[in-house]
Amino acid sequence: MSKIEITLTVNGEQHTDEVEPRLLLVQYLRDVRRLTGSHIGCDTSNCGACTVILDGDAVKSCTVLAVQARGGEVTTVEGLIGPGEPFTPVQQGFHQEHGLQCGYCTPGMIMASTALLTENADPTDSEIRHALEGNLCRCTGYQTIVNSVRWAAEHPDGVVPDRAATNGAHQ
Amino acid sequence: MIPAAFDYVEAESIQHALALLGQHDDSKLIAGGHSLVPMMKLRLATPSVLIDIGRLDELSRIEDRGDHVAVGALARHRSVERSALLAQHVGLLAHIAAQIGDPQVRNRGTMGGSMVHCDPAADLPAAALALRSTMVIAGANGERREVPASDFFLGFMETAVAHGEMLIEVRYPKQTPPQQTAAKQTVGWNYQKFCRRAMDYAIVGVAVQLGSDPGIALVNMGSVPHFAAAASSALAAGESAARVAELVVEGTEPLADANATADYRRHLARTLTARALAAAGYA
Repeated sequence: MSKIEITLTVNGEQHTDEVEPRLLLVQYLRDVRRLTGSHIGCDTSNCGACTVILDGDAVKSCTVLAVQARGGEVTTVEGLIGPGEPFTPVQQGFHQEHGLQCGYCTPGMIMASTALLTENADPTDSEIRHALEGNLCRCTGYQTIVNSVRWAAEHPDGVVPDRAATNGAHQ
Repeated sequence: MIPAAFDYVEAESIQHALALLGQHDDSKLIAGGHSLVPMMKLRLATPSVLIDIGRLDELSRIEDRGDHVAVGALARHRSVERSALLAQHVGLLAHIAAQIGDPQVRNRGTMGGSMVHCDPAADLPAAALALRSTMVIAGANGERREVPASDFFLGFMETAVAHGEMLIEVRYPKQTPPQQTAAKQTVGWNYQKFCRRAMDYAIVGVAVQLGSDPGIALVNMGSVPHFAAAASSALAAGESAARVAELVVEGTEPLADANATADYRRHLARTLTARALAAAGYA
């Protein structure tokens, strides 16, 4: 079975690799590119921990062959910000609203939420819940995750308000 | 889980894909891959060659063709869900597409893939049946043949598409919107999907289309996507909703599994049909 040469852009950098056709995109990202932020949870396209953005769409990278992504642009959780840069609104939202406990589902949650807010900057709670249908969390009960996404929608610059200034002297 | 090894070829046109199918006996077409890749990971499918048609943009169109809307085999569920053309003329289809899996799955899965996979638990075959759609299949020499949805789903994961052929589009007749009165607003269609988690396959699903040529189709009520012929005729004859719901299980052979017994599935089919008829505005 012959290998295939693929070129794809991962987090803004172009790479060319020879891969077996059966290599899954998530394996390519983790094992070839050494980007281990995209997690393999269920490996059956249920849990969403492997969610990345491929050509603008959130996809489950455990169910996409790396060769299917050839020529495409992939963004993983590592690609959201560069070293030393401030959090994106979604990342800051998860930080502010405690949108994670163990953190295993978090990269997938953040990528699915990022895709949602790109398409719909001001979703309702119901729209947030529907957009995250494909992402399972076994810790939080989802409420803090929904709060985190809503925080991101309400703070599109990702800046945490100064509490002393907003809440008055009693703080 | 890792699929068994295979060779991979990219098709550059429909004709090229058909030629490649002819060259390789043990080959499968792959588009979104959201039915095939999971089967390959479980080694339930072990094709020796995959022919990728995922970049054939000519197959992704959703087009107005006068009396019907043609949906290309490669149209993603997400495009079907968001198509203004379908929302206007074939609302049931756009609605059902939005109930498939989850957003990530809908970003990859395709119309044609769901049809040829022919999973009795899948949502879209019910839309194809209830809406009396027509499948357009291309043969090895480029010839086209048309197969009504009612003759397309032959058995468990088996359709009218033979090896060497490919499904290229599904034609959905435009539906006439029901007459609206000030007292009563009706949509004329409905889909009831019963599942435990939002992203799951239906334990049972019921698709209802009212109008001049009404149809009811069932999800997961046997080993093949099922057109409820007796109930659809009763609808056309204007029989009561209760009678239609009673008839809906006629000819079904639901399976028992971890989620439901066969009896419970029949109960669900009747209950969901009654709900769908009420929601569609059938009185």
